[in-house]
Amino acid sequence: MRILRIIPILTLLIVVTTLNVDAQCKAFAKKVCIPELGAYTHDGNYHAAILVEGEEAELYKTFYSDMEYRVSICGEDKLPDVEFRVLDANKNVLYYNKDANYAKTWDFKLQSSQQLKIVVKVNSFNKPGETPASGCVAIMFGFKIKK
Amino acid sequence: MNRKHGICSKILIVVLMFTSVLLGCKSGGTKTPKEEVVVSVPKDKAAVVEDIKQAEKIFNALPSPLESAMLIKSADARFDGSLLNPIGNVNSYVTNKSMALNLGVYTCDLSFASLYEQTQLIIDYMNAAKKMADGLGILKAIEQSQIDKLEENINNSEVIMEIVSETFMNSNSYLSDNNQPATAAMVLVGGWFEGLYISTQLVDMKDFNGNKLVGRIIDQKLSIDILIHLLESSKGNPAVDDLIVQVKKLKLVFDKIKITTSAIRPEFDKKSNTTVLKSQIKTDMTPEVFKELSAAVSEIRKTFVNI
Repeated sequence: MRILRIIPILTLLIVVTTLNVDAQCKAFAKKVCIPELGAYTHDGNYHAAILVEGEEAELYKTFYSDMEYRVSICGEDKLPDVEFRVLDANKNVLYYNKDANYAKTWDFKLQSSQQLKIVVKVNSFNKPGETPASGCVAIMFGFKIKK
Repeated sequence: MNRKHGICSKILIVVLMFTSVLLGCKSGGTKTPKEEVVVSVPKDKAAVVEDIKQAEKIFNALPSPLESAMLIKSADARFDGSLLNPIGNVNSYVTNKSMALNLGVYTCDLSFASLYEQTQLIIDYMNAAKKMADGLGILKAIEQSQIDKLEENINNSEVIMEIVSETFMNSNSYLSDNNQPATAAMVLVGGWFEGLYISTQLVDMKDFNGNKLVGRIIDQKLSIDILIHLLESSKGNPAVDDLIVQVKKLKLVFDKIKITTSAIRPEFDKKSNTTVLKSQIKTDMTPEVFKELSAAVSEIRKTFVNI
């Protein structure tokens, strides 16, 4: 019957640990990713998740003409490089940060409004036998305020 | 003894499954239903990697209330305080749904007032948003110290934008991190509708053709599917199900607008270190369709604010 006494403790532990990891993710996004937006004003949206080596995330968003955007995508230091691609509706790659030495930010503007897709992938350390690394990855957007 | 141990192990697995499902979807993203119930302990690293590959995250990103307000400002529209949801309504919102929708609505109104430097309204609408966030149990979303900072910097638009952005992120990150994706989605929906409502109301029909604001309204057609996907990720929640019905009705009107775009050609501008995504767009919305759209938006927004 000892196991029955352990269950609530274990459950609480899992809940607390998971929420704590997420709180750390928010703190990471705030401390590391938002400052990367520099002179661009953060839009206030929060897109962050714990990703593991090799894992991908996708984001769909409409970007508007005449607005100047910066996307900032960053992963915790314990993760391998984080790559991201920006694709149009026909899956054409418009930007690939691997071609820019895994840059964490990309500045862009659009002649006409478009819905774009951002695919983020955590690379792999390629260390067979070891537990895959995991950590927070955040995707943040900023734009320039028009006076 | 073995039988008792077996029963206990099963109970443990059920508890772990329940906990895992509870914590399954976080941070504003969605996971496939299949992934939410993957709770078995993988046997080897290959199995771990396989589970990881299944755990693909999808974010459906609507424009934030701040971005929605910015779109109105960038279309050179005028400010009209009578279009905002009166702050006197705050005490009427007592359900989770009405507070979530109106957190989005008030944050959009706050952003609109901030961009047009309406100093007294900024404080009033920050307090209204705080009331909604507090009602939803969002801890530390908008703290008194931030309202004090706002008052101290009421003529500094840069600081005001920072505070608006930060407080909104506090709310949506809290909801995402505390496994409340339906509430997080409703907040965004409220903000999106408020932006669209204000835009449609500000259009002067005498100046319809070539009106920048009309262009911004047409652009929202590009977000309607994202909005539906965002809500459908919380399907089964009665409040969200009602919203899906309303949004799908609105989509029928948006479907009457034609948008055709040419292929996108990225061009890097060395001087500004910025990529320009070049493309041509052709849109077609008649004044009749606009009126229909405007009426549909007003009707839905009314159900959000008049409760």
